[in-house]
Amino acid sequence: MQEYEAEGGDVNAAAVTPHTMTSEERRKQVRDEWSACLTRLAETHDKSEFARLFGYFAPRVKSYILRLGMPDATAEEVTQEAMLLVWRKAHLFNRTKASASTWIFTLARNQSIDRMRRDKMPMYELPEEEPDPDHRDMGEHSVIEDRMKAAIATLPENQAQVLHLSYYEGKSHSEIAEQLGIPLGSVKSRLRLAFSKLKAHWGEDA
Amino acid sequence: MNISHHFDDATLMAYSAGTLPQGMALLVACHLHWCPHCRQRTEHTNAIGGVLLDNLAPSALSEDALNAVLSRLDEPGQEFAAAEPQGTRQQDDDLPAPLTGLLEQPLDQLPWRRIGYGVRQLDLELGGPGATRLLRISPGVSVPHHTHGGNELTLILRGSYNDELGRFCRGDVADLDGDVEHQPLVDTDEDCICLIATDAPLKFSGLMGRLVQPFIGL
Ligand SMILES: [Zn+2]
Repeated sequence: MQEYEAEGGDVNAAAVTPHTMTSEERRKQVRDEWSACLTRLAETHDKSEFARLFGYFAPRVKSYILRLGMPDATAEEVTQEAMLLVWRKAHLFNRTKASASTWIFTLARNQSIDRMRRDKMPMYELPEEEPDPDHRDMGEHSVIEDRMKAAIATLPENQAQVLHLSYYEGKSHSEIAEQLGIPLGSVKSRLRLAFSKLKAHWGEDA
Repeated sequence: MNISHHFDDATLMAYSAGTLPQGMALLVACHLHWCPHCRQRTEHTNAIGGVLLDNLAPSALSEDALNAVLSRLDEPGQEFAAAEPQGTRQQDDDLPAPLTGLLEQPLDQLPWRRIGYGVRQLDLELGGPGATRLLRISPGVSVPHHTHGGNELTLILRGSYNDELGRFCRGDVADLDGDVEHQPLVDTDEDCICLIATDAPLKFSGLMGRLVQPFIGL
């Protein structure tokens, strides 16, 4: 399994980052800062906030879309469309429900689904977040996701592999089963195990 | 709504990863509309995608990419979009919003096709792998049913049924894979209407299967 180094120290260029901070704390700060940036964009419609988000997220969104198997030119185009959606939908972002990374991931994913289906099928998007009055606030998503990031790094190889094939390469569980030469049930049980390990890091019982 | 049967974790992970066929994604979205528990689980499965996005090494964009996008921000149609209206075509059935948009009539007025004794169906014809159908089963009718190989999701929209796996009421989902043989029996005096989505063709077994299959082209 390939390891990816988290980048994005640039977001802290203007922020004070004392040397006493652990890397976990720094990452949390980076993550909070992007969620705050997206929240400010929604409030101010300030293009310089958008440009900052673009600088960090667009190259990652493009990597994601390339991994789904799109050619470079298409990936570039879909990335730009996804980033336009970030601008248009920023006011729908709710940082108690997702970090900026997660929210932008879902936009990029929906945009990719649309593009892949455009020729064959009617347009269909996963629905927008719906108003959710009875939602129990789970606290800071950035904390949860930081713990999860650490947790993903500790997953056994075979669980990390199915997670990556699914999320990064857009393979269905049946396709993964075929590619790895294992039963569909094994793909699912590896995913379930991975998820329950990640959940343990959220401090939540399954 | 008192929901007691939910999706498998793996199904919500596939939904978040965006790898479900259209009909299955629709069905998941419908249940999420009704189920706060699964909405919260989906926040977690989405967050896996967010973390993985953060972990990706950046890819170079074309040099003028930012300017190209910035120049489009002021184009008509790029103003901040209003929240997309959900379920504007409210019908008496109180269906989940993602489904309401697809149906042209209330459930009782849909052009149901009889496919066997006490069983009617409507193919939503979404295309793609598998099938997406509404099934309407009369009280007291039992449908011997056999999943084979693929995945099959069922969401109860009205009424209820009982089978080897338990009792399924409005809002509940049955999330089946592999080879499951079951025989749902509609156990009230109301028709049971459910949405069924598969990633492989639907197959009935037994006598009903022989009666039904010629009609649904299997
Ligand atoms: Zn549920």
